[in-house]
Amino acid sequence: MTNVVPLKTPPALAVKDLTTGLKIRGIWHQAVRGVSFEVMPRETVALVGESGCGKSLTAMSIMGLLPAKVGKVLSGSVTVDGREVVGLPEREFEGLRGNLVSMIFQEPMTSLNPVLPVGFQIAETLRRHRGLDGAAARAEVLRLMNRVQIPASARRIDDYPHQFSGGMRQRVMIAMAVACRPKVLLADEPTTALDVTIQAQVLNLIAELQAEDGMAVLFITHNLGVVASIASRVVVMYGGDVVETAPVDDFFQRPSHPYSAALLKSVPRADRRPDSLEPIPGQVPTLFQMPDGCRFQSRCAHVMEVCTRRPPLLPGGGRPDHQMRCWLGRPEGGL
Amino acid sequence: MAVGAIGAPKGIAGRALGNRSLMAGVALLVFIILLAVLAPWISPYDPNDQDAIASLGAPNAQHWFGTDFFGRDVLSRVIWGARVSLFVGAVSTAISMLLGGSIGILSGYVGGRFDQGVMAVMDVLLSFPQLIMGLIIVALLGANLTDLILAIAITAVPPFARVARGPTLSLKERDFVEAGRALGFSNLRIMLVHILPNVLDDLIVMGSLWLATAIRTEASLSFIGLGLPPPTATWGSIIREGFENLLDAPWLAVFPSLAVLIVMLALNMIGDGLRDATDPKAAVS
Repeated sequence: MTNVVPLKTPPALAVKDLTTGLKIRGIWHQAVRGVSFEVMPRETVALVGESGCGKSLTAMSIMGLLPAKVGKVLSGSVTVDGREVVGLPEREFEGLRGNLVSMIFQEPMTSLNPVLPVGFQIAETLRRHRGLDGAAARAEVLRLMNRVQIPASARRIDDYPHQFSGGMRQRVMIAMAVACRPKVLLADEPTTALDVTIQAQVLNLIAELQAEDGMAVLFITHNLGVVASIASRVVVMYGGDVVETAPVDDFFQRPSHPYSAALLKSVPRADRRPDSLEPIPGQVPTLFQMPDGCRFQSRCAHVMEVCTRRPPLLPGGGRPDHQMRCWLGRPEGGL
Repeated sequence: MAVGAIGAPKGIAGRALGNRSLMAGVALLVFIILLAVLAPWISPYDPNDQDAIASLGAPNAQHWFGTDFFGRDVLSRVIWGARVSLFVGAVSTAISMLLGGSIGILSGYVGGRFDQGVMAVMDVLLSFPQLIMGLIIVALLGANLTDLILAIAITAVPPFARVARGPTLSLKERDFVEAGRALGFSNLRIMLVHILPNVLDDLIVMGSLWLATAIRTEASLSFIGLGLPPPTATWGSIIREGFENLLDAPWLAVFPSLAVLIVMLALNMIGDGLRDATDPKAAVS
């Protein structure tokens, strides 16, 4: 044994056993249960799943933006750049948001205030967290607008959101989010509302900013094509559970959880016949109908008796950092 | 940018300039304000100079609007009265806009029981006719300039609160408010910087209409003897004094009433014009 502890960079974002509750008709339901993952600086992790699987709720838990009274983190921990943020007083949390951890949203058309010039709105982040004002703020805003590649920034700084296209507005949103060089950027389907060509540009922009600033990016999406092109790791969620987590190439080559496998079969690919698409039967159960044990059992083709008990994270795919929450991963095989 | 005109300040300014009734209203109002501001230089007589010989004189070349019981020049009194009436109206409207706007935005933003409670109070206040409300407050506070302004301001708080609250309820659910939270903005910052500018045009339109009401309320309170004590000339007090001689010297009441009427008209034209100019739906048609 040696005394040398291997130097390991601490993750920029670490989520551990995060369980988030939603109060529906007076009863608390576990809408996110026991979610764990880490995002390293400069790394992009994709959080994948269909609508209602708990992706956005996970992001909101990280941001401390759960709807008051009906949503709260029940247990677990979230650390951003080494700081525990679960249970942080609101006043302190405000100082972190937009500063240490930022978020961009799906709808660039409505995420900007229609009655304020975009330059003013970008400067707002700098005023809030850096105390910049006046000429200094304006100079920084121009620099940011150039950084997110908004053409003719000097002319457009006083324009209003309606004078920008969707892609340009998303660039404005990104400028606001990265203004204070956050360590972690949460991107909640930032390209879903955009044209495919614009999507690619925005993805490239995020990647460039990430390379320059060393941000960790948690990319929330249901678009597996986007996942393949930007992420290094994939975290698949279903019904509030992480069902599979894997390096991106291993995930696409050896999707192990029946849900992931079914998900991949339901997406058209250039190298497959279009009529080979297989839909997943049924739909995600609501929180009221969520089965005990494995939450995918009601739609799973491989459902077994043991599935009524909740599976632990078991090895999947071909690598040690590939895990899944399915009894098929038991050493003795799928019995 | 054909689509781009909606809500653009330039578009609003353009539409406002092209709106004839708005411009006419502004011209009238500016004229009256100039009269009030320039009163010391343009009023032909001192408004309180009495001349027993000229008592109740009909309009003539020396006294265009005639003279009152004490022989005071009515034109001078109307011009000086504009100062008090406009000042009381403007300051009280500004106060009610500020108070009502703040209450409305806060109430709508916080929501829930707080909102219900605040709005219930506003509804109770709103259920009193404005003049009665003013009466009660003046009776409670007294009749000096400050209290008169406060009384009129308080009567107009509930309508402003309502106007500010409505849009706030929907604005707080908008994505840009959520985005603001994600950038670490405090609730106060969101209310002041992001919600207020969105309700400001409604507040200003309301303000121009309530300015007329405030001036009328001041006149009404003065008319029933709850305004500023004599000899201060306000439009309401001149009308009241003239009312006693309405049959033998109608000019005493008619001219200040006309002044009130003209300001009402001007402010309503401005209010309607502003509403049209700031209404995005009007812009499309």
